[in-house]
Amino acid sequence: MVKLLAKSPVEGLVPLEINGLTLTESGPGPITSVAPYAGQEAAASGALKALIGAEMPSPNRSTGREGARVVWTGAGQAMVIGADVDPSLAQHAALTDQSDAWITFKLQGQGVEDVLARLTPLDLNPGVFKTGHAARSQLGHMNAVFLKVAADAFESMIFRSMARTAVHEFEIAMKAVAARAALS
Amino acid sequence: MRIEGKGRVDVSAPVKFSFDGQGYTGFKGDTLASALLASGVKLVGRSFKYHRPRGVLTAGSEEPNAMVEIGRGAAQVPNVRATVQEIYAGLDAYSQNRMGPLAYDLLSVNDLFPNFLSAGFYYKTFMWPRAFWEKLYEPVIRRAAGLGSLSGKHNPDHYEKAFAHCDILVIGSGPTGLMAALTAALGGADVILCEESNEFGGRLLSEDEEIDGQPGAEWVASMLDALRDTGRVRLMSRTTVTGAYDQGTYGALERVGLHVNGPAELPKECFWRINARQAVLAAGALERPLAFPMNDRPGIMMASAVRSYLHRYGVAAGRKVTLFATNDDAHRTALDLMANGVEIAGVVDARPDAKAQGDYPLFAEAEVITTKGRKALTEITIRHNGSEQKIATDCLAMSGGWNPTLHMTCHMNSRPVWNEGIAGFVPADDAVPGLIPAGACKGTYSTAGCLAEGVEAAKQALSALGGKLPEVDIPQASDAVGGSKPLWLVNGKGRAWLDFANDVTSKDIKLAAQEAFTSVEHMKRYTTQGMAPDQGKNSNIGALAILADATGRAIPETGTTTYRPPFVPTSIAALGAGAQGKGFAPERFTTSHDASIERGAPMITAGLWYRPSYFPRPGETTWRQSCDREVTMTRNAVGICDVSTLGKIDIQGPDAGAFLDFVYTNMFSTLKVGRVRYGLMLREDGHVMDDGTTARLGETHYVMTTTTAAAGEVMKHLDFVQQCLRPDLNVRFISVTEQWAQFSVVGPKSRDLLNGLLDAPIDNDSFPYMGCGEVSVMGVKGRLFRISFSGEHAYEIAVPSRYGEALYRQLVTQAETLGGGAYGMEALNVMRIEKGFITHSEIDGRVVPFDIRMDRMVSAKKMCIGKPATLREGLKETDRPQLVGLKPVGAVKELTAGARLFSAGADAVRVNVEGYTTSVGFSPSLGHFIGLGFLKDGPNRMGEVVKMVDHVRNVETTVEVCSPVFLDPEGEKLRG
Repeated sequence: MVKLLAKSPVEGLVPLEINGLTLTESGPGPITSVAPYAGQEAAASGALKALIGAEMPSPNRSTGREGARVVWTGAGQAMVIGADVDPSLAQHAALTDQSDAWITFKLQGQGVEDVLARLTPLDLNPGVFKTGHAARSQLGHMNAVFLKVAADAFESMIFRSMARTAVHEFEIAMKAVAARAALS
Repeated sequence: MRIEGKGRVDVSAPVKFSFDGQGYTGFKGDTLASALLASGVKLVGRSFKYHRPRGVLTAGSEEPNAMVEIGRGAAQVPNVRATVQEIYAGLDAYSQNRMGPLAYDLLSVNDLFPNFLSAGFYYKTFMWPRAFWEKLYEPVIRRAAGLGSLSGKHNPDHYEKAFAHCDILVIGSGPTGLMAALTAALGGADVILCEESNEFGGRLLSEDEEIDGQPGAEWVASMLDALRDTGRVRLMSRTTVTGAYDQGTYGALERVGLHVNGPAELPKECFWRINARQAVLAAGALERPLAFPMNDRPGIMMASAVRSYLHRYGVAAGRKVTLFATNDDAHRTALDLMANGVEIAGVVDARPDAKAQGDYPLFAEAEVITTKGRKALTEITIRHNGSEQKIATDCLAMSGGWNPTLHMTCHMNSRPVWNEGIAGFVPADDAVPGLIPAGACKGTYSTAGCLAEGVEAAKQALSALGGKLPEVDIPQASDAVGGSKPLWLVNGKGRAWLDFANDVTSKDIKLAAQEAFTSVEHMKRYTTQGMAPDQGKNSNIGALAILADATGRAIPETGTTTYRPPFVPTSIAALGAGAQGKGFAPERFTTSHDASIERGAPMITAGLWYRPSYFPRPGETTWRQSCDREVTMTRNAVGICDVSTLGKIDIQGPDAGAFLDFVYTNMFSTLKVGRVRYGLMLREDGHVMDDGTTARLGETHYVMTTTTAAAGEVMKHLDFVQQCLRPDLNVRFISVTEQWAQFSVVGPKSRDLLNGLLDAPIDNDSFPYMGCGEVSVMGVKGRLFRISFSGEHAYEIAVPSRYGEALYRQLVTQAETLGGGAYGMEALNVMRIEKGFITHSEIDGRVVPFDIRMDRMVSAKKMCIGKPATLREGLKETDRPQLVGLKPVGAVKELTAGARLFSAGADAVRVNVEGYTTSVGFSPSLGHFIGLGFLKDGPNRMGEVVKMVDHVRNVETTVEVCSPVFLDPEGEKLRG
């Protein structure tokens, strides 16, 4: 029998490389939202730590590492990225598969903050937004999750349906920053 | 005239540019104004109203005269100040507001009749006949009076917006700003230093002045090195801070690509939103022009500008220069020019105690009373010792003292305070929270004072941030303040201009006062003083001083007009950057988008989503043909439609059922696992908010669907309900709209089709009508819902979005082998109207459940949001328009949505309206138009013939009132 083939919404649009900055689609694996039930916050965090080695993050932070990361995404909500979540966690928290809801972009290179300054109002100065920090904000007009994964790299999670617009916006900002760099 | 060895321009880099089609050469670092002055061009524009010849007045962004158009064609930009525009190879500039050549402007005839064009002239003259205003007067006046022109074409240039953040923003980079920035950085703060010009240093680049024994410009260079060394200062040149907004937000306009012939990707300008925890305003001061008769000729310039052109650009503004001043500061102009070999024909000083500071003829207690020279200044006449004297001159430098550039401190409605000591307004205390004025913008005019205040202001900002206070040595500099005596108006014959840009003279101000426009705000609007692109930077203080005199009030009592952002003209292109073309809004694409496009479907938008309207097949020439075929095909075989755009919300928790009972009018806690129920959601005012189906996937697990349009609104509503109304309920939810690609499989052959794709077949027992559950589809875990928006035996099948496109293609291919295929929004709409199903065309925010005949869905057994409000008086009256079906009477006639309904015999006028139509469509199943609408007492008027009138489209027909369910009223097909 024919199998259903998976397809990325940015197939053919990324990777993009402009002036030393690269935009790629991060294939982070499964994404599961975890929203602890009332009074279960500590238990959920403990169970998560036991399951994947990372606890529930405090607001605007993430825990764990690539392949098993927990990223704060809102009040009482985090997303486990890269690792499967054992269903036993459901006794403490609402678990929802979000693997296909988001497209995760990784923007990496020198001056990555300059490109993002054209796209989001977040303060991404290195002294303020450090590796492991996370925030919910906007990218252009789009709802986004931002995560700093390295000194020169950010991941941005965008709703899947808007992926093409996101690439378009990234590209314009990257080109504009490159054109400025060429001025001096 | 260029002076060899002077200036900061790069004489090794000549730059060719053109002005009014004529080629010129300047140097890298020149502004258009300095390059034109160097080439001896004095006449650069015509004035707004009288079309008088005008030349360069200033050397900064406050320039009222030298406004030009840059470029031609789509990207043409009007009203560019030549004093700000830097030259580059290929710059193509044009003078504006003229008819014919600049030197022989045909409209300068206006200047012969100034009495006719005084303040209020238009208001008084063009009142009659009324109809002439729009057709004749206004176009003629617009043609004659105005500034530059737009191309009327779409601007292809790229502009951008960006955000920046810092601890301390320093606005201006003169002595005050540089010291403030260094102090702030040494104190450990992250600093942004904004400088309007292309080079940092402010007035220090325009004066012959020493700091710590170094020439000013060299000291600036060493300071910039020191700032870079801290690693904490972001230097932003060509960036004007335009406004102060709430909570430390500042707007700033950066000229990114206006000074080069850059690539298309290079933005012309960037509009910054800078978020600063503290800010230091070091904006300096603007020199005050003097109002004396005929003070507007090309060659009459600000004294400080003459020094700027000399020191910064190496340009002498004239060969035989005169000076008219009220302060010692301006005398520097004479000294500096003489030191560079320029002849000084005389210094006219209004003060009786004025002293010459060098070897030049000084006329103390003297005034300039008129000037001569048609296209450029040739002579001035002065009044001195009771007699008049003529002096030949080609450049008159004037200075009436300085006005602190305090604009930003007034952007949150603070009013400046009059300081008698400097005869000028200074910022009020704490005018803008977190913004600390320092230096000349605060009325401190000596360089030494500015340096000290820069340090002080930065320390104040650091203290507010709780940072450490560094030890900073204050450099040695001059403590001369320039001592000025106010001189608001020189009396004499002829007009004395105040607002050069809008052609407002002292006489206009007096006329305003005489005609009772005595409030400064009324005077401004009556005369248009201060309303030109320079926003009164050169004229406001002078005008209000004259108004004060004319009305017998003191200056502080008269007050200023309101200083509003932006501080400099800001292009709409920069403010709206990013919103051109596709930047206007995100495009949301379903996973089936490409497949739909391949099938030739025209796409329509639903919110941000793109959905297929219909799928044309060979031979179909109109959308109706395709739509009719798709309806028939679906009702007879099977149709496929992407419904992923509907909102989907995953709801879990022990109290999920109770939560749904609270937000829906009907009961969901009693819904069996594996079943779906239709639900109605109300706003708190009892009106219908949204509808949709909710499935129970587990004991504590539901998935709600919303309409496409209201997905965001419903999510927001649920958040509000949980956080504010029912925090006691233990429930969690998250949107899964994007997680699942979901497709309708509709029609009598829907189950056959599905069973070809599902890994385990289904039947009527495993999936009865309104059943749901997990399925495996071609090896992928999915969800199946047996729900219908068409009245057919139908399903919605959902798979994770990554498989959406593959599944859609499979479904459509399979459907086509069964005699069916894809259908679009048009067919979907027709099928739901045939069944009387509502959409937001019906639940438009004005209807209560009773109106859509769903009042029995408001459960009597429980409380829900909106229920008490539905019980209010008047919401269950039978004369409310209620949902009905409508069909044409007699031969097929067109029905239209939005038409009004009237009783058969009534006139089609407003007072007789009894209802309206909301949705219409041609039903291929019935062979005629059908419609839904709302009609007073509708359910009791079945069979009655009423009149439908669409006044907008000029359609009138008669329709029969019927049940809104046109097809299969018993729902037999659904359950089949």
